[in-house]
Amino acid sequence: MTTTAQAGAALPVAAEAQLDAFGTDPWWITLIKALVIFVFLMVCVLMMIMADRKVMGRMQQRHGPNRFGPLGLLQSLADGVKLSLKEDLIPRGVDRTVYIAAPVIAAVPAFIAFSVIPVGPEVNMFGVQTPLQLTDLPIAALVVLATAAVGVYGIVLGGWASQSPYALLGGLRASAQVISYEIAMGLSFVAVFMYSGTLTTSGIVEAQRPVWFALILLPSFLIYIVTMIGETNRLPFDLAEGEGELVGGFMTEYGSMKFTMFFLAEYVNMVTVAAVSVTFFLGGYLAPPPLTMFWAGANDGWWPALWWLLKFLLMMFLFIWVRGSVPRIRYDQLMQLGWKILIPVQLVWITAVAFVRILVNEGAPAGVVAAVVGGFAAATVVVLAAWARAARRKRRAEAAERREELRLMREDPAYGGFPVPPPSAPHYGSSVPAEGPRYAPRAPDDKREEVTGA
Amino acid sequence: MLDWLNPVKGFGVTFHTMFTKVPTTNYPEVKRATAPRFHGRHQLNRWADGLEKCIGCELCAWACPADAIYVEGGDNTEEERYSPGERYGRVYQINYLRCILCGLCVEACPTRALTMTNEYEIAADERESLIWTKEQLLAPLLEDMEAPPHPMRLGETEEEYYRNGATPAEAAAAPRPEGEAQ
Repeated sequence: MTTTAQAGAALPVAAEAQLDAFGTDPWWITLIKALVIFVFLMVCVLMMIMADRKVMGRMQQRHGPNRFGPLGLLQSLADGVKLSLKEDLIPRGVDRTVYIAAPVIAAVPAFIAFSVIPVGPEVNMFGVQTPLQLTDLPIAALVVLATAAVGVYGIVLGGWASQSPYALLGGLRASAQVISYEIAMGLSFVAVFMYSGTLTTSGIVEAQRPVWFALILLPSFLIYIVTMIGETNRLPFDLAEGEGELVGGFMTEYGSMKFTMFFLAEYVNMVTVAAVSVTFFLGGYLAPPPLTMFWAGANDGWWPALWWLLKFLLMMFLFIWVRGSVPRIRYDQLMQLGWKILIPVQLVWITAVAFVRILVNEGAPAGVVAAVVGGFAAATVVVLAAWARAARRKRRAEAAERREELRLMREDPAYGGFPVPPPSAPHYGSSVPAEGPRYAPRAPDDKREEVTGA
Repeated sequence: MLDWLNPVKGFGVTFHTMFTKVPTTNYPEVKRATAPRFHGRHQLNRWADGLEKCIGCELCAWACPADAIYVEGGDNTEEERYSPGERYGRVYQINYLRCILCGLCVEACPTRALTMTNEYEIAADERESLIWTKEQLLAPLLEDMEAPPHPMRLGETEEEYYRNGATPAEAAAAPRPEGEAQ
């Protein structure tokens, strides 16, 4: 164990040495970076709303918006102008301070998280050698998690300050949802930290030079994708603003610029979590592996920014794709997925990763490591098989139960308290013979069927 | 066997659909022709010499279920003749805010004066302009037509006029079955 502790202690020190590159920029370089990030985020939001509607449209066999600008590309700009020109209404009875502050609280953290996202390695910017990243901290990864959590305050406070049941329910749902998914999200990062040995985002990207974490930590990556959609309140997890149930959810009482701020926050959040997934799992700005084999310079100069952008766009497309393919789930299903599946799976997976890491750090022979990995894989297969078997059994038992119930219903129309007139009664008279019971057609085994009358 | 893949197959469906043809018509830019007997806006027809077919009988107004048609008849004189016969439609208005384009007026018309065109773009941004008057509804004058009022040119008597009038313009254009819209 001592060697592990030493190895574990040695790694962060080595990683923090990389932070020398940060904090030495002249003020104007920092300004340029901050400005570029801000503009990039704003443009991204505009383009994302556009792409969202266009791609969704194509997935549903229609053109998306195509009226304003070439191919309708300026539609979200027009929408933004329209929104900001609308009357800024503050309903009577709201908590004014919180009501006005909530959209800002929702929007600002989303922007902050992006400051620690590495877009490229050190490049020469106007004669200054500087990394393509606004800043990095020894705990940059925690900053990402923290801002994601703080952003939810905006939603909760907005829902509370509106003094409207729909908004309140929306805010409550958002908070419950984010708490549930934040845990799974944080756990999915743990495996990454164990492999990278650092919490700095630039260090995490550099740690993926041999192979991306999305490959070696696939379960973490998949769970992160689910939680990232849950965190941003996107379909299929957009219960906080479920139009079918809660009108507009937490933004029911909002309009004009304040509504725009919520809208902006939602999309900037999407941009941020997509960027985080690229940083933590998809090798950040590193060139895709097959490319580096025949092009050595793929990771030099400004090229990495392009790889980063491509991966980032891929993740953004994933958001739209999921939205176009998956229907909204029920609230209890959401909670069940979060607490009963994602978190336990994640815990087991982290234990396995930690076990293997310790073996590797202790210098265990490759055979032992392979045996442990194989053991874990076999255990996973066994558990999955058992789970599938249990599910199958349960389904079969339910089907049998329904069959039995249907049989009873058919034999006795009044079975289960279903009110049925008696086949014959004294007042029916003798001239009209009592009608015999009519049976519902025999139902297929798996489907519950309504039995209609006698 | 591969049932567990079903949730993933949905993603394939949406991805595939992205590359299929979109059936939407880009309406203002691309206009698809209507069906030949589409119920569009009305038209008041003329005889071959330019006289109006409408005789101001108001049967269309009576047939209209939406009460969209307003007709006032007037008397023809030898000096000022708008239609063959005694009467003509002095005022003729169709209110397209009320009209449901059902075509019962066309069925009621005894002289085939009122028919429907295929034109459907009759939206406007003020209510007044949606009450179409006789000038707007009348069919445009063709080459050898003459704007009324003028004497009957297709025959001396009314019977002669109607017998001749049926032939030149309509019948020559295309032999249509009886009762077909022009």
